[in-house]
Amino acid sequence: MPSLPDVMTPDVERLAAQAPRGAPTASHIDPHLAGPLVEFLMRTGDNALILGHRVSQWCGHSPALEEDIALANQALDLVGQCQLWLGLAGEVEGRGRSADHLAYRRDAAAFRNVLLVELPNGDFGQTLMRQFLFDAFHIELLRALTRSADPRVAEIAAKAQKEVAYHLERSADLVIRLGDGTDESRARMQAALTYLFPYTGEMMHDDAVDRALADAGIAPLPSSLRADWDRTVREVLAEATLTHPGQTYQHGIAGQGGGKRGVHTEHLGFILAEMQFLQRAYPDATW
Amino acid sequence: MDHAPRPDPAEIWGWLSEVPDPEIPVISLTDLGIIRGVEWQDDTLVVTVTPTYSGCPATSIINLDIERALRERGIDRLRLERRLSPPWTTDWLTESGREKLRAYGIAPPIDGTAADGRLAGRVSRLAGTSNLVIACPRCGSTKTEKVSQFGSTPCKASYRCTDCLEPFDYFKCI
Repeated sequence: MPSLPDVMTPDVERLAAQAPRGAPTASHIDPHLAGPLVEFLMRTGDNALILGHRVSQWCGHSPALEEDIALANQALDLVGQCQLWLGLAGEVEGRGRSADHLAYRRDAAAFRNVLLVELPNGDFGQTLMRQFLFDAFHIELLRALTRSADPRVAEIAAKAQKEVAYHLERSADLVIRLGDGTDESRARMQAALTYLFPYTGEMMHDDAVDRALADAGIAPLPSSLRADWDRTVREVLAEATLTHPGQTYQHGIAGQGGGKRGVHTEHLGFILAEMQFLQRAYPDATW
Repeated sequence: MDHAPRPDPAEIWGWLSEVPDPEIPVISLTDLGIIRGVEWQDDTLVVTVTPTYSGCPATSIINLDIERALRERGIDRLRLERRLSPPWTTDWLTESGREKLRAYGIAPPIDGTAADGRLAGRVSRLAGTSNLVIACPRCGSTKTEKVSQFGSTPCKASYRCTDCLEPFDYFKCI
C-alpha cells in the first residue's frame, strides 16, 4: 500500500484563499514579520511542548488512577497543540524544519518557553498550581489569537482554545479543593504558590517580538492579557482560601534572562536530555 | 488503461460510514463528524478530515483506515487533506452515533455545554461538582457524579452512577 500523503502540513493555498485581504500568508508575509512570527510560534509551541512533557512525567506516578489518566490526557492535548504551532513555525521559517525536527534537534538555548513550564513537577499540588497559573494565561492568549490577522494562527488557536478551556476548569477546580482542603493540602498549595508566583510575570511581559506582532495584528501584547489573568487568579485563590503573594520579584524579565530569550533554568537541559535522547542517539530513527 | 466510472461522492460517504472509529468502534467516522468533504478533483478523490483533539493519537490510524477502505473499493488516486477550521465540535455527532454511544455505555454529549474557560464570577460553583445532569447510560438514572474531567481518552470525562454504582464515560461537549 502506498504511504499516506503528509496531511499534517497545513494547506497553505486554501488558507491563503480564505485570508482577509492584506493579511499575511506564507507566500507573501512581510519579510520583517517572518522573524518575529517564527519566534512567537516557537514560544507558543515550546510552552505547550515543555509543559506537555512535564505533565506526561506523571504517567504511572499520580496519587490516583483518575488523576493519572487526566494528566496524561492533558499532556496529549498540549503535545498535539505543540505539533501544530511548531509545524507552522517550521513552515514560516522556510528552512525545511518539521515540528519533530524543532522539538528534538534544538538545544536548550534555542527553546523559547517561559521558565514556569520547565520548573520541576514537585508534588501533585505544585504540578496543579503550575498548571492553573499557566492555563489561566493560556486561555486568554488563545482567545485573543483566534482574532489574529494571520488565519493560520487563528485556526490553531480556535482549535486549542476549546481544549484549554477544559484544562483550566480542571486545574482551577483542584486548586480550590486542595487549597480549601486539609491543613496538609492547604500548606502544600500555599508553598507551591509562593514558589511559582515569581515565574508568572514573564508570561505577560512584552518585548520587541511581541510589539512587532501586536502592531501587525497577529498576536496580542502579552501585557494586555494581564487584567483577565489577574482576575481569574485572584478569584480562584480567594475561593481556595490561599493567600495571594502580591507583588513579588519576577524572574525572566530584568536583564538578559528569561525563557522567551532562550536563557533557561538548569531544569530544561534535563528535560531535553530525556525527551531528545532517541533522536540524538539515532538521528532520523523511525518505527 | 481502464477508466472505471468515478463513484458518486454520496456513495463514497456511504462507504466511509462503515469505517469504525478506532477508539470507539461502535460509531463510524461519519457518525463522529470528522469527514468534512468528499470530492473529485479531476481523477483524484480528495477526502477532507478534521482532527477531533489536537493530540488525538487515533488521527493517523483514522487516515490509514480511510485510505484502506477506499482502496478496497478500487479508488487508487486518493488524497487526504487536513482541515482545522472550523474546529471539530461534538455538535457534529450524528443522532444515530449518539444512540450507538449510549447503547455502548458512553453517555453522549449534551450540546451547548462546552467549557468556555471563563471562570471569573463563577468560581464558587466550580469546585468538586458538575453542573451537568448526565444520565447513566446503563440504568438511566440521573443521580450521577463526576469523577474526573478527563476519562479514558481526552474526549471523555469519568462519571459514576450513584444508583446502579457503575462507572461510565461521558463524551464531553467540545
